[in-house]
Parts: sequence; C-alpha cells; structure tokens
Amino acid sequence: MVTTPTTQPKTNRIGLSVVDYKGGKTTLCAGCGHNAISERIIEAMYDMGVQPERVAKLSGIGCSSKSPAYFMNRSHSFNSVHGRMPSIATGAMLANRNLVALGVSGDGDTASIGIGQFVHLMRRNLPMIYIIEDNGVYGLTKSQFSATADLGSKLKSGVLNDLPPIDTCGLAIELGATFVGRSFSGDKRQLSTMLKAAIAHHGTVMLDVVSPCVTFNDHEGSTKSYKYVQDHEETLQEMSFVPHFEEINVEYDAGTTTSVTMHDGSHLQLRKLEEDYDPTDRIAAMKRLSEAHDKGEVLTGVFYVNTKAPSFIDMLNMVDQPLATLPESITRPGREVLEAAMEELR
Amino acid sequence: MATTDIVPQGAGGQLGGNRIVNDMSIQVATVNGSGSQSSNTVLLRAIFQMGVPISGKNLFPSNIAGLPTWYTIRANKDGYIGRKKEIDFLVAMNSETARDDVMSLAAGGSVLYDEPLALNKLRDDLIFYSVPYDKIVATVCPEAKLRKLVKNMVYVGVVAHLLEIEMGEVEKAIRKQFAKKVKAANLNLAAAQAGFDYAKANLQKRTTFCIERMNKTAGKIIVDGNSAAALGCMFAGCTVVTWYPITPSSSLVETMIDYMKEYRIGPDGKATFAIVQAEDELAAIGMVIGAGWAGARSMTATAGPGISLMSEFAGLAYYAEIPGVIWDIQRVGPSTGLPTRTSQGDILCTAFLSHGDTKHIMLIPSSVAECFSMASEAFNLAEQFQTLVFVMSDLDLGMNNWMSDPFEYPTAPINRGKVLDKDDLLKLGGFARYKDLDGDGVGYRTLPGTEHPAAAYFTRGSGHNDKSNYSERPDDYENNMERLNRKFETARSFVPRPEILKGDNAKIGIIAYGTSHWGVSESRDQLRKEYAIETDYLRLRAYPFTREVHEFIEQHDRTYIVEQNRDAQMLSLLRLDIKPELTTRLRSISHLDGLPLDARSVTDELTMMEGK
Repeated sequence: MVTTPTTQPKTNRIGLSVVDYKGGKTTLCAGCGHNAISERIIEAMYDMGVQPERVAKLSGIGCSSKSPAYFMNRSHSFNSVHGRMPSIATGAMLANRNLVALGVSGDGDTASIGIGQFVHLMRRNLPMIYIIEDNGVYGLTKSQFSATADLGSKLKSGVLNDLPPIDTCGLAIELGATFVGRSFSGDKRQLSTMLKAAIAHHGTVMLDVVSPCVTFNDHEGSTKSYKYVQDHEETLQEMSFVPHFEEINVEYDAGTTTSVTMHDGSHLQLRKLEEDYDPTDRIAAMKRLSEAHDKGEVLTGVFYVNTKAPSFIDMLNMVDQPLATLPESITRPGREVLEAAMEELR
Repeated sequence: MATTDIVPQGAGGQLGGNRIVNDMSIQVATVNGSGSQSSNTVLLRAIFQMGVPISGKNLFPSNIAGLPTWYTIRANKDGYIGRKKEIDFLVAMNSETARDDVMSLAAGGSVLYDEPLALNKLRDDLIFYSVPYDKIVATVCPEAKLRKLVKNMVYVGVVAHLLEIEMGEVEKAIRKQFAKKVKAANLNLAAAQAGFDYAKANLQKRTTFCIERMNKTAGKIIVDGNSAAALGCMFAGCTVVTWYPITPSSSLVETMIDYMKEYRIGPDGKATFAIVQAEDELAAIGMVIGAGWAGARSMTATAGPGISLMSEFAGLAYYAEIPGVIWDIQRVGPSTGLPTRTSQGDILCTAFLSHGDTKHIMLIPSSVAECFSMASEAFNLAEQFQTLVFVMSDLDLGMNNWMSDPFEYPTAPINRGKVLDKDDLLKLGGFARYKDLDGDGVGYRTLPGTEHPAAAYFTRGSGHNDKSNYSERPDDYENNMERLNRKFETARSFVPRPEILKGDNAKIGIIAYGTSHWGVSESRDQLRKEYAIETDYLRLRAYPFTREVHEFIEQHDRTYIVEQNRDAQMLSLLRLDIKPELTTRLRSISHLDGLPLDARSVTDELTMMEGK
C-alpha cells in the first residue's frame, strides 16, 4: 500500500516521491564517486517512474557492491559473492522475467575475479543494467591495482602498474552486449541521461562509470583520479533523453544528431561531437575505443546501441507469467503423463 | 565352419548336468563407440521380457571411441540386482582385453569369442565357443560400412541360442530399440537371427546356465537413475535448471530437456521452464541461487569436481537462506579421479560444503524409484527450510539400467514454504526476514517483485541481524548462527526416515546407503545362509540423521557401516552425531575400487571381522 502524504510537493508519473527511491545512509568515504552514482540511479529511476518493487538490485563484493544498500530501499537486493553477481542476476531473471535487474559491480569484481561470468553475461544479452563503478583499485583491501588500471598508473606507495588494462567496454561490445557506454561519476547530466536510456533498453546494458577512489587512487600519477579524468575526458556525444511518456518537442538535425528509439518508445538523442561516429556500428565502436586507449583519452559517451538483437529472455520462449509464481496445476503434469512415461519404459 | 572346440577336462562347474536357471552374470567386452550399447540393451530387455529380474551395468572408459568397455548383465530369479563379483558367461569381442578377460574368469565359466582371437588356447578349464562374426555379418549386411555396427547384434543371437533366450523376445526388444528406424531394426534382426542360426547349426551347448520364462517382471520398468531423477524433477514442479556438463550427471539434465519439451510446454507453445547451460559450475549454482531467491524451483546436476567449485556459493545459500536442489551424481575422486567409475566419496565434503560453520541437508536415493520420489521431497525440503538440498546419487545408480516398479505419482502437494505475498503484507504491515516466529528456525521471506512497499529486504552473505540489515554485532552473529542450527535440528524430523529391517534377535547391525544397499541386501542373505549370522539393517536415506539412527546403533553390540569410499565418510558423520560411548561400536567396511559394490565383498569382509 502506497501512502502519499498530502503535503508532498512533487511526485513522478506513478505518484511516488523521490524519497521512495532513497536508500540507507552510505558508509563509503566522503567524496567517493560511488555515492554520486547512487544519486544518479535514484534520479533516473524516479524520473522514469520505475516501480521500486519491480527492481532487483544485485552486486558482488567490494566497495561498489555495498552501494545498493544506499539507494532504493523499496527494492529487493542481493549482495552476493565476489565476481559472481552475473549468475545471480541471470537466475533471478529466469525466475521472474518482469524484474528490472540492476547490477552494481566494481573493476576488481568484474575484470579480475568476475571476468568469467562477466563475458558470459555479455554474450547472453540478458536484460539487465550492469554498472561498473570503476576506480582502478581495490578499496576494501586497501589499495591494490585492479585489471582496469592503466599501464603506468601509480599507487600512493609509488608502485607503477606494469600490465595493460582490460577495456570492459570493448569487451562488452565484442561479446554481444547491446548498450555499451562509459561515463564519469562527476558528470551528472551525462550519467543521468545514460541511466534513463539504460532503463528503456531491453538487453544487456554495460556502463563503465569511472568513479574515483578518494582514499586510495585520487593522487598525482593515478589515471583514475578526478583531476586526470577531467583533464583527459573526450566526450563522443552530447546526449538528451525523451522518455516514452513525454512528447518530443525539440527539433533535431539528422545530420548532426543520432536519434535512437528505445524498446519502450523512449528516444535517446545523441548530438555528435565527433563527425561520422555511428553508435550502431559495432566495428567502428571497437576501433574508436582502441584509438582512445592509444591516445590516453578517457573516452565517454554511448559507444554502441543495438535495439534489434533478441534478449536472452526472448530466446528462452518462456510463458509470460514469471516462472516463480506458476501454480502446481501448471508445473506438475497430470497422472496420465506419468503413466505415459512409465509405458515407454516397460 | 563348425566349432572344433573339445569339451575340456576339468570344466566341471557347468557340466554336471544340473541346469542353472535364471542365475548368472553375462559380461560383454567390447570397444566403446562400436555400437555395442544397442546389442547389450536388446539382450537385457529380452531376458527382462521373459520375466526374469535383471540389471545392466556399463563399465566404460573416459573416452569417445576406441577404448575397452564392459557391459555386465545380471539375471537373478531371487531379484538380486546388485553387481555379482563372478562372471559366468563372457562375450569377448575386444582383442585388446580378451586375454585378461579370459584369464580373470573362475574355472568353469563360458567364453564366446570372435574366431580369429583363438582364445581357446589360453585355458583348459573353461568352455569356449568360437564364432566367425565377420563371415556371418557379411551374409546379412551387404553394406560394408554398416558391418561394424551390426556385428555386435550377431552375438545377441548366439547368446540367445546358448542361454535359451527366446528369439521372439529378442525381436521384440530390437523393434523397441529401433522403434523409429524400421530399416535399422530389420538389419539388426537379420544379424541376430544369423547368429542364432549359426549357433544352432554349429555350436554344441555345454554351458549349464539358461534362462527360463518366469513372471517376476510383469508391469516393471527399466530405467537409469538419471532419467528417473529427470522425471522426478519435472513432477516436482521444477522451473529453472542450470547446469554444466560433467560425467556422470549430464544425462540427467539432457533427459530432463527431452521430458520438459514434451510435457511442460503450455498450450500457447511457451515453456513453463528455463534450462540454461552455464559457463561452469560456479555459474550453474549461482543461477540456481539467483532463481531460488526470486522464487523459482531451481536445480542443477553435477559431480565431485563441480561440488568442489560450488563450495563458496553453497555457503552463501546456507547463510543467506536460499532454496535450491543440487544433484551430485558421485564419481571417483579426488580431483579428476576416475570420471566413469562409481563412488560414494562426496559425503563428508558435501555435508559441510563451504567455509565457516556450514552444513547441508542431503538425501540419498538407493533406487531409481527413490531418484524419482526424492526429487519432490528435495524441492519441498529446500523451500520449507530455505536452504540447499543435495541429492547424493552416484554413477552406478545414475547411469546404469535398473529394473523397478513403476513410479508412484507424488502424493505430497508442492510446498513453497514460508513466503509472504502482497496480501499477507497488507495484513502484517511488514516483516523481519530472519526472525524465528515459529520456533523452527525458519523465517519468512518475500520474493522480488512483490508489490508492497515493505516487501523488500536486503539479502547478503555478510553478517546480518534478523531484519537482514548489515551487522557486525557479536550477539547478532551468534543468535543468527544458533537459529540456523535450530533450523537444521528441525530438519531432522522432516527428512526421509531410514528403512529398517530387523532380523531375529540380531546383535550385529549394518548401516548402508545409496547403491551400497544392493550388495548389502544380498550379503545379509549370504551371511544367514552360509554363516548363520543374523543381522539387522538400517538403510540411511538422509542427513541430518533421524532419531532412529541413534536408536539402531544403541540397540546393537556392533554396527558395520558399509560404504564406497576409503575414509569411512558416513561413519565419520555418525561419530560426530552419536553419544561418545557408542562410537566404539561402529565398524567400517569400505569398498573403493570404482566398481559397484558386490555382495561377496561385503560378506567376506564382515565374516573376517567377525572372526569367522
């Protein structure tokens, strides 16, 4: 039962106020990028009018994976084991196809211990939003490099990273994710827009959000510090989002703007800052990411969108009702079926 | 080409003129990938159709083609269907193993061999029959490339003649085996008939073993445990299956896919289930847990190496209290071990799978009928207790053919456990996920997607209080762990009870479980008949142990625990559970060669320990 206080000034399209999307008090460090991402998630879910009870928050282990406790208390949440959130998410979606699955992981949780489950999640195109809160370092164990740390990036202790990073965006595109982008925890507008588009998408959304660790990786020499990202960010597009329940009243120039119609009828408008960049071209996206890597750019934007590919749930051809709540009359065949099976074995 | 084999002197065992009716084991030694499985199944079914109790055991290599395989059929009028240690009749088709196969027979046994192998030179205390398979098969199979496959059906006809198996039943079995392929059926039938005709014209029967029609198989079925489990899971209302292929469990899920596609597609053509092949066992159990959390009846099937990989997730499911069913079709470990041989070696590690104080419910089927019935029990217990339930089958049960009464339709309704829905929450206003309101240690849960603002809770593998909030408080941790223990104690009264058979004033008890049951049952009769040793018998069907298990040990001077592993794993579990003064009453009989347990081994070991 939803109680709406009479004095509540502002509600969204389903009559909820932003308070209904809040979570517990954060226990992360003051200034942690992850907290900003939690705020953006709250905004996007509120703006899109997503029923909080339909959302399943999923995470692995690490600072990032704690953050689901700090937004959307009215949603079920599962803080699972290190690097294995994709399988939990997959199981949950098999059980209840109507859920909105929102996974929050970290760079260690995804690109090191979890890389096996990550790549298979991407290739299944399971409908879910997968966010990597990416700071290039293990926070909870106090500062060790993760597999997304850039070559030559320096720890506070002076240790230099001598292995190349895994580009989770390039990997996701190559393997079959159908909405892939990178953003920055400090870029409110871009991240919020991307999250809303993510909610409108049906398929795997992989967002790598650079989210500086203020305690262990925000110093001179780190390539995941606030300053480094601000100095080296290259943005592919300027984006705006028109949800399906609002009318489009801004004209756009087809020559300079790509408009993507999302599964729910919303529109993601991407005004090109780089001529000729086509976010529906998979090969071009991977090429551009590779170039960014060589140039030392922190490239952000929507790299790839494909609204045509069938999702994993589509492919399984399941009944419309969630499997979780199918009654015995449907899940236990009758006596005549057992009799027929026995006859075959006689 | 008449056989010139002479009846050897000294091969008296089978020559005494006494016919040995419906009591023998036939071993067929072939090369895997040669199509012998069809021939062996036909032979098995033909005997079964004549009303004689049978079992069929496949001893196969971890290989696709080219390595030795042995298939053993046991026919027994008294219904003993465990493995028989002695081979009475050998069909030697594999040149590589033929010598060893012949040398290992007991005196008096019979050997049917491919003429070029000239095995009759090896020993003079056996009965040999020689058959020129290639010549026979050439007359019935003009297509040279099919001959290799059809060749094996020739021995079926020869054996039918020598053991007096009716050709009408052989034909019926071939028609069933090749039900959808009339041409193949005809070709195989011709091959079997050619073998039969050859044997009739050329071989003089000297083997005293024979099959005679009786009526002990009417209405019965033949099935392997994995298929029985698959069927059981379908009737248990399972909705999500996630798996990673591993011998000997793969056929469980593969058979289930077939059954589910046939019987669990709705009228709109849509599936009332999801079956997903995962990238590894970590993901398989992760998906089981994710689905169980979100309310599906979810399961996976695996074997030892998979169990090891699932360890971390098993602890999460225990601690966060999420239902799921795991079938462990045990094979020989440690490590890769002998992947195609049978064992009961995962008992101890599964009971405590994962770090910290973790323990799990295990159900242990002995028969294909229990593979079927325990499927429903496992899902009900998993949801009732919001925990993983492991069903500990093994390769012998899972992959071999067993005769059984038809399965009984499940009578217990599907029990989804303590799940609060929207209406419950409207009445209650809220709930505390891990609060023990009923004194049984089991809290109430809600499913994601429940449309009530108070429905949500936070599931975590980290410390939590009864409202499922993060907590590192010592008392929260301790209370939670004690409640989990209470839940486990409650489960004792709900898991399947043991089956107890009492003898006459027996001082000796025997405890066995799973497929050890078959060898032990037969051994008890041997002990009574041959040594006048009376035994009482308790067949364990679950862990945690029920009250009866403690009483049984208390009632006997000594109790032998018979199991198929080196370290007396179940005995160790019992020792942790019973009164300390009773532990000295426990004796171990271990069997660990990877072959199904046979009665004679148990009898020999037990009588030796009894000083007989």
